[in-house]
Amino acid sequence: MDMTVAKKKLGLKERYAVMTRGLDWTPSYQKMEDIYPYITYEGIKIHDWDKWEDPFRLTMDAYWKYQAEKERKLYSVLDAFTQNNGHLNVTDARYLNTVKLFLSGISPLEYVAHRGFAHAGRQFPGPGPRVACLMQSLDEIRHAQTQVHAVSNYNKYYNGMHDFHHAHDRVWFLSVPKSFFDDAITAGPFEFMVSIGFSFEYVLTNLLFVPFVSGAAYNGDMAAMTFGFSAQSDEARHMTLGLEVIKFILEQDPDNVPIVQRWIDKWTWRGYRVLTLVAMMMDYMLPKRTMSWKESWEIYFEENGGALFKDLARYGIKMPQCAEQIALEKDHLSHQAWSTFYNYAAAANFHTWMPDEDEMAWLSAKYPNSFDKLYRPRYEFWREQAAKGNRFYNKTLPMLCQTCQIPMIFTEPGDPTKICYREVDYKGDKYHFCSDHCKAIFEHEPEKYVQAWMPVHQIYQGNCFPEGTDPTVEGFDPLAAVLKYYHLEHGRDNLDFDVSEDKKNFAEWRGQATKNI
Amino acid sequence: MAVAAVSKYEFAPADTQDKFHGAQLLYIGWEDHLLFCAPFAFPFPATMRFGDVVAGPMQAAFGYHPDFAQIDWAKAEWFKSGKPFTPDFDKSLAENGLKHKDVIRFRTPGLTGIKGSCS
Repeated sequence: MDMTVAKKKLGLKERYAVMTRGLDWTPSYQKMEDIYPYITYEGIKIHDWDKWEDPFRLTMDAYWKYQAEKERKLYSVLDAFTQNNGHLNVTDARYLNTVKLFLSGISPLEYVAHRGFAHAGRQFPGPGPRVACLMQSLDEIRHAQTQVHAVSNYNKYYNGMHDFHHAHDRVWFLSVPKSFFDDAITAGPFEFMVSIGFSFEYVLTNLLFVPFVSGAAYNGDMAAMTFGFSAQSDEARHMTLGLEVIKFILEQDPDNVPIVQRWIDKWTWRGYRVLTLVAMMMDYMLPKRTMSWKESWEIYFEENGGALFKDLARYGIKMPQCAEQIALEKDHLSHQAWSTFYNYAAAANFHTWMPDEDEMAWLSAKYPNSFDKLYRPRYEFWREQAAKGNRFYNKTLPMLCQTCQIPMIFTEPGDPTKICYREVDYKGDKYHFCSDHCKAIFEHEPEKYVQAWMPVHQIYQGNCFPEGTDPTVEGFDPLAAVLKYYHLEHGRDNLDFDVSEDKKNFAEWRGQATKNI
Repeated sequence: MAVAAVSKYEFAPADTQDKFHGAQLLYIGWEDHLLFCAPFAFPFPATMRFGDVVAGPMQAAFGYHPDFAQIDWAKAEWFKSGKPFTPDFDKSLAENGLKHKDVIRFRTPGLTGIKGSCS
């Protein structure tokens, strides 16, 4: 049979060229520097934007079609999850605290990433990176939405998730991920791409995203797991973009190399400090563990990251120096972090607890050099005290690091019994840091970090109480006022898991689902 | 180094002393006692007696630890910004040379935490 084709269809490559680069034009009545005002001040030199290799040839129309199909599948799984009381299938109600941590700590960052990529894309004169940023920007807002929808089913039954975005902007420990991303989006477009596109999405993503998704899979959380699988193809695209960005910038001009190296050093460290939350989640918050934080760091950073930096050596890029300190901290990080949240359980939006005997044995086996010597005695003491009705709730606010905003919980590299103190005098004021790396980041741009919204200092300045609060009245309870400001209810959203409504309700509901009572 | 910026970049620091309603910040850490995960931050008037800091807020903050009641304050070693420091308990913070956002630590010889684990 004769087939007549009216017009020859464009090949994939031509179609891509027409629908991305073909949409660009050279301005004639406005100056380039007026249209793209942020493109030179960071010192990065780009000579030929056409050298940008598009890592994925995806056009906007194909993007919509493909993503719509994925989301249809995701939402049908979420419907099934809801209808079948999927929340009762998780391993243990303690797991839900991982979900709370993710929703209040990570999901809001997806939204900020959306804004960041939209902004960076707008600033790049080259159509290739502009289109890539546009698509990643859309991915990020989709991820924020789908995560919120996936987790909203848990919010119907469990505490601490009801006002996650309000919490993200206020709760003390959430200033850690928040200030990390604020630092990135207030940088120039190139630093943003290196910080988030490369350091976060490429170098550290397997340590952030994968533990949550595999943790969900191991712990029967179908909602979060399905979201993770749905986002996987986007994440692969983001990683490719991150790597392309680095290579493109480095190939354009040798003067770019030291600037990029400094950004990689800074953002690997900043990202690693945020991963403190993930480390404790992996070692303490998943009732069914996937692997230890230490193992995960060794596989995903030391092995995979090592290979990556060997590849980048031809551009003159070296492994960030902070890797040495991180290697020293890997036996301690998760334990120091969990101790912190155990201390401040009265002021957080999730519950903490002491590991049981089996879990202690797992920790001893995974951390033979540190756990029994340093952390087990502490935990046993806390457990004994809790059994006597004297559970430790630390009510005095901690000193924070000016750069990462984490309480000063980290120990001297090589001596896990001594807190690491560093300080700088700048324009008549003192600033304190948890490490040489956070100190160096501050010293490079002190004007930026002196503005930090440090939760502890803000509380003492009186900025974290509900409007109309009078802190001078007799019997004023600052913790109660701060919790109100956080929109957290004392006794419900905070405190130990053992006394929580979550624990009680989960046991009762699961009992109804599995027994004849 | 200075921040890279498109125009003049000058903003007020967020934590200068004038914002603390007459108080100044003092950070206090207890060496070898990591049961308290980090040093504490306190807002105190500069006129507060050092001994009152120890007897009041420090007792409240560190008192949970069984070692705290065992402390012989005459033997405690103090450090300010990591350097040896000898506070006079009868003098005020200001008279002891303590300024806004200073950090002091104390070591209590013989007391090394739960079962000697520095916890």
